[in-house]
Amino acid sequence: MTIDPKRRFDPYALTWRMPIIVWQVLFFIGPLVFMIAMTFFLVKNYRMHEAFEMKNWIKMLGRGFFWDSYFLTLGLATLSTLCATIIAFPAAYALSFKVSANIRRWAIFFLIIPFFTSYLVRTFSWYVILAESGPINAMLAYIGLGPYTMLNTKFGTMVGYMTLTLPLVVILQTVSLASIDRSLIEAAHNLGCGRVRTVFTVIVPLAKTGLIIAAVFCFILSFGDFVAPYYLGGSKPPTLPIMIIDTTKSGQQWPRAAVVAVMMMVTLFTVAFAAIMVAYRKKT
Amino acid sequence: MKMTTKIVQNRGLPTPSRREVLKYGGTAAGIAAGLSMPFVSRAWAQAVEINMLAWYGHGEPDMVSEFEAENNVKFKPKYYAGGDNMLGLIAQSPPGTYDIILSDAEFVQQLNDAGYIEEMSPADYNFDDMIYDDFKQFPGHWKDGKLHSVMVRFGHLGVSYNKNAVTAEEAMSYKCFWKPELKGKVGHFDWHLPSLGMMSLYNGNGANLWNLDDGAWGKVKETTMSLRPQVGGFFDYGGTFNSLKNGEMQAMCGIGDWITGVLEKDGAPVASVVPKEGGIQWTESYSIGKGSDKADMVKKFIQYMLSPRGQVRSAQMAAYPGFCITHAGVKALQEANMKEAERTGQIDGAPNNPITLVKEGRIHYRNIPQQQSLEDWNDFWSEYKNA
Repeated sequence: MTIDPKRRFDPYALTWRMPIIVWQVLFFIGPLVFMIAMTFFLVKNYRMHEAFEMKNWIKMLGRGFFWDSYFLTLGLATLSTLCATIIAFPAAYALSFKVSANIRRWAIFFLIIPFFTSYLVRTFSWYVILAESGPINAMLAYIGLGPYTMLNTKFGTMVGYMTLTLPLVVILQTVSLASIDRSLIEAAHNLGCGRVRTVFTVIVPLAKTGLIIAAVFCFILSFGDFVAPYYLGGSKPPTLPIMIIDTTKSGQQWPRAAVVAVMMMVTLFTVAFAAIMVAYRKKT
Repeated sequence: MKMTTKIVQNRGLPTPSRREVLKYGGTAAGIAAGLSMPFVSRAWAQAVEINMLAWYGHGEPDMVSEFEAENNVKFKPKYYAGGDNMLGLIAQSPPGTYDIILSDAEFVQQLNDAGYIEEMSPADYNFDDMIYDDFKQFPGHWKDGKLHSVMVRFGHLGVSYNKNAVTAEEAMSYKCFWKPELKGKVGHFDWHLPSLGMMSLYNGNGANLWNLDDGAWGKVKETTMSLRPQVGGFFDYGGTFNSLKNGEMQAMCGIGDWITGVLEKDGAPVASVVPKEGGIQWTESYSIGKGSDKADMVKKFIQYMLSPRGQVRSAQMAAYPGFCITHAGVKALQEANMKEAERTGQIDGAPNNPITLVKEGRIHYRNIPQQQSLEDWNDFWSEYKNA
């Protein structure tokens, strides 16, 4: 009788897999389970008490402003994903096909540099740039335009989201596009396919997985971001991450904040799984 | 020349003689001992650590460095924003975590009821020098004749505005927040208590601003909602500060001189006034944390904060200024910085003298809602922000 090598217990392989499994169980699965349990707890005199009550769920999901905030956050994250994907693609395309490998390496290095600085610091620098008395409005004033209110608006929030996600999306798209087999593109050209058509019928389908993964990262980061909507969007109206902070600050309602967090996690899981399924779906 | 040191080669490795070992070893030991001395002596004289729970700024060098140097202590501050946040932090910490707690006066009673603070001896503090009799027996600080907290500073909240957008006359009423030219330019400090208190004052509730029946509470909500189209954002301390400084917000609801004072000194065209409908007083008080084993040192620090030196520091605190609470403090401020004393009305006869405003009945102590829960007010605040 032979044993399927794939099913054979391999202590050596398991030893190498263990660290990541232990890490995930301790720092992801464990806290996640605790957070879900916490949604049923109650707060009395600013202290959390273990309980199994649905009050927090009823209270949070029964509020109109929770759903307003939910759909606003979903909408802003979707818009951010679309903007980042569309803005990043020409840059990633140029870096992948129009420049030398050396320039591409330097470009990726420069795209990584923003991450050396704290995101909060980068966001606060926009505070100066986007102000009505800031340099953008000053330049617009030279041609007789403005001043425009950019801070404390959804535009401000979107600028913050792009600050957070755009370099990452460009890098991921570039890596994905650069790995496409050039002979397939040349074959398309040889068969008479125009440049634009080649992009949409050959390059994009071939880089589909990488492009979707980049978009998913953008969505996840934007959906969970507190800094941009708070500092550049003026918390007007608040997104779900701001609602979590508000809920914990007032009355120490961690269980209710946990309800918001669980709803966010469910949404992110759903979006991420759906996107990955699309990314890896093969043509039949 | 004869060599005084002898190296014996052994298997390719240099072997020092016994004399060399003693010579170089002794030198090395001496250097090591010398280098380690500062650490040893530092350890012997290690500063006593005092855990402080306070609003931002109270544990910063401009406030505590003098006391630290004189008493060989080191403050370890934990900052919060808002009374709810403070209560939550204490509730989740074991007794004795915080040696000294700076609290907004309206939350002292809750601190005491929950058993988070120690009883204090009135004889330890100079209440006789306080500038207003009411402050000696501040509401909530005493219970059954026992002292639990000592007021150290206060300030007033009203209309904060950009002088280029709102005139001093307009700022004398909360009505200016609804000025059409300020659409999208009115900001809120993101805490329900001061903003809703102001809306209550605007509705004419006066001294009953916190004691609202259902009808009055409904009207406060209505008034607040009517302000929503004017609102440009909800900000924390940093955001409030920046948006006023760069002119993004031209009027601010829920704050006072504690923020505009810092900007004004920096040259920004902003100011705060107590409008005709009345203003709100924020009051900060120190308590000794329950179970603290450094109660004597904390007591000494509170005495320092009530002393003229401490009061001058408090009045000019870098994070946010506050009014002096003792006669000696006011006098010391006038000697140290007359300009600041004049700016804040802390001179006799000034129309904006803080105590004159209190005596005229234009100032109401900040409190918590009397007929609704804090949760009701916070729920409405969330609804308002999302509107």
